Amino acid sequence: MIILKTEDITAGYTEIDILHDVHIRVRSGEIVSVIGPNGAGKSTLLKTIFGILKPRNGNVTFRHEDITGLKPDRIVRKGISYVPQVDNVFPSLTIQENLEMGAFIRNDDYSQRLDEVYDLFPVLRERKKQKVGQLSGGQRQMVAMGRALMLDPQVLLLDEPSAGLAPVLVSMIFEKIKEINATGVAMIIVEQNARGALKMAHHGYVLAMGRNVLDDKGEALLANEEVARLYLGG
Amino acid sequence: MAELFIYGIVLGSIISLGAIGLTLVYGIIRFANFAHGDFLTAGAYIALFMVTGVLSWIGIPDSNFGSLSFGWRMAIAFPFSMLAVGCVAIVLDRVLYRKLRRKASGAVIFAMSSLGAAFIIRMIIFILWGADSLFYRPGILRPALELPLGIKIRPDQILILLLVVFLITLLHFFLQNTKMGKAMRATADNMELALISGIDTERIIIWTWGIGGALAAAGGILYGIDVQLHPHMGWNFLIPLFAATILGSIGNMYGALIGGLTIGVAQQVSTAFLLPTYKPAVAFIIMILILLIRPQGIFGGRS
Amino acid sequence: MEIGGILAYMVSLAIMAGIYAIFCLGLNIQWGYTGLFNIGIAGFFCIGAYATAMITTPKPTGLYAHYVHQIFGLNLPFVMGLLGAALICGIVAFLIGIPTLRLGEDYLAISTIGIAETFRLIFNNEHWLANGPRGLMGLPQPFQGLVDPKHYNYIYLIIIVIIVVIVYLSIERAIRSPWGRVLRAIREDEVSAAMSGKDIFHFKMQSLVFGAMVMGIGGALYAHYTKAISPDVFTPLYGTFIIWVMLMAGGSGNNKGAVLGAYVIWFMWTGTTFMTNLLPYTLKARAPYIRFLLIMILLEIILIYRPRGLLGEEKKVSKLVD
Repeated sequence: MIILKTEDITAGYTEIDILHDVHIRVRSGEIVSVIGPNGAGKSTLLKTIFGILKPRNGNVTFRHEDITGLKPDRIVRKGISYVPQVDNVFPSLTIQENLEMGAFIRNDDYSQRLDEVYDLFPVLRERKKQKVGQLSGGQRQMVAMGRALMLDPQVLLLDEPSAGLAPVLVSMIFEKIKEINATGVAMIIVEQNARGALKMAHHGYVLAMGRNVLDDKGEALLANEEVARLYLGG
Repeated sequence: MAELFIYGIVLGSIISLGAIGLTLVYGIIRFANFAHGDFLTAGAYIALFMVTGVLSWIGIPDSNFGSLSFGWRMAIAFPFSMLAVGCVAIVLDRVLYRKLRRKASGAVIFAMSSLGAAFIIRMIIFILWGADSLFYRPGILRPALELPLGIKIRPDQILILLLVVFLITLLHFFLQNTKMGKAMRATADNMELALISGIDTERIIIWTWGIGGALAAAGGILYGIDVQLHPHMGWNFLIPLFAATILGSIGNMYGALIGGLTIGVAQQVSTAFLLPTYKPAVAFIIMILILLIRPQGIFGGRS
Repeated sequence: MEIGGILAYMVSLAIMAGIYAIFCLGLNIQWGYTGLFNIGIAGFFCIGAYATAMITTPKPTGLYAHYVHQIFGLNLPFVMGLLGAALICGIVAFLIGIPTLRLGEDYLAISTIGIAETFRLIFNNEHWLANGPRGLMGLPQPFQGLVDPKHYNYIYLIIIVIIVVIVYLSIERAIRSPWGRVLRAIREDEVSAAMSGKDIFHFKMQSLVFGAMVMGIGGALYAHYTKAISPDVFTPLYGTFIIWVMLMAGGSGNNKGAVLGAYVIWFMWTGTTFMTNLLPYTLKARAPYIRFLLIMILLEIILIYRPRGLLGEEKKVSKLVD
């Protein structure tokens, strides 16, 4: 079943459009990777889906409901969570408090969910009283993802989860993404690390200059010679 | 000198109440609220209105608590005035600042608007109460207690210190342990991420104004009890408040507490060499020194 | 009132509005063109006025010296007073700029308030300096022997108009130069990567000092107009906020707007005195507060609904004209 889709999205920060008629489909439980060169509009796409940016044209549908133009605080209540690329944690709060903030809109007892998130990232449990500002980049990324998972979202939007991390941490984060996905969470991942992103993706999209260029199964894109030459660095 | 130091702690604790509110607003809503000093004035005069007006009219007895200079009337007026100024701050936000936020106005327009609000508050006080100094209870000062080192301290001043400690402890508990308090700190850290997490930041802003206004009111009343009321009292506090906020690093509540005490002590001790009217200038000189030496303040993270 | 009286009244209004126009032009350099947030104009007003008073009057001697304390008196001509006022204000602005201009706008703001308050306190408390709260009097007026003192204001109005024009033209010239374009780029945060923080600091400093010098001239012109000054004149309301309201009303970043705003608001302000005459007797003593309340409400309305003022920024106007 298609859980989230965008149709003919046109959007930009100023009068200049960055996205032109972009369409994307996410089936439930699926990892969708969006790759493309810098400035292709990948992050803009996530921001538009999440309501941070209002599209000039086109629409976003989540579970048969039109959510175009809703504000982020409304969208997050529907079951979509978003992890920005930068500034994605509350640095002066502890790990535990960051996760609590992720569950801010929940009024029920979420201690079980908290446990599940800590099970996914055991290192966070050990340091739950520590301020996030003192953590390393990889751990911060875990906090950011943990915060977004607290609401048990059906779709998780990840903006460049591997950016700025050491190679060994990149593979660790990618492993975690697969683990999260295995619990049934669908995802859209925007990545510079195109090869890694396509490897774990069920489906991949290639964007360039704010337009759809190609889309196919993850492994099919990996095998595509043109994609390899243009976007995977040979 | 020891006595001036103690008086400085009393004055500093009052400055801290204002500076903590100022720093919270600065940290969360991101602008310098130049009306904050006048929140102190508003608090002091609303309490005056209650003590000498409403509460005496409905027949609350005028007797004092033990050797303190006030009684039940003030005990009722104090929380009422905190609530009232909290509401004033929220109303100003709804009427003025929210409109500016929606238009994405620059920080300076906000600051200008708060300056206008400062004068609106002050002019209303001038119109209602005139330009003279006023007291909650005219007459002779209560006898002072003798402490070691020849320090004389009035019972009122001891109560002021206790009340400030109580209010700050309460705020600390609120910020550290309640959901709303944590969300306030989160919003101060990163407003966009707070929105993304589903935190209703407009509600956070309302809470921030309410708390900031209420603490300022408390500071104003306590100053009124300790010294006197005057329509310009808040304006004279403005520079000390900013000096305390900057000294303690903007956005840092505990810094504002330390900053407030430091400024209060410095102002009070300076009266050994300078005319007391120079107190705002002393705060100003300290502020300039901080800006030269360590503009991010002593706890300096965010600049 | 007979015609002559009305005319004399209008002239005095025009003189004060002209003095305020000079302050608005000075503020416009700082805020309108560079985005510097000076809310201590009253400080420069005060310094300019005291500077010219001490430069143009003689030091009291004999019996007079028992009643009026003044640290020095140079007894120099009016023009020297204006230049001295500008120079001293420029120096004070330079000193205040050093710690604050590298930091956010709010730091300059609170520091300028601090300067204004501190100077008012000093002039109030230090009797040896400039006679304390009683202030200084007997300032000379240029060309004062030419006409009957009754009609002197006409001459002073001409002087004011000439100085407004000179200041206006020199700011226009400066703003249209490459220097002015850099200032606007700084204000709009459109600073190219080629510009270092140090350069930005220097440009902001030049703008702050230039604006303060203009304000110093305004303060001096005020002092020679009233011939007597005391510290209580330079309050935040009369010395700072009314000027902000004028500039915001007229249009920041627009020198014509600055002058227009000064005249419109000053005429409105004095107009409200007639209105408060209608107040019941008990409220009359508090009339100035009611007038200031109205002015501040006007400021809030301008900020929310017309932040660009009556004329808006010049750039926009010329776009419409083209």
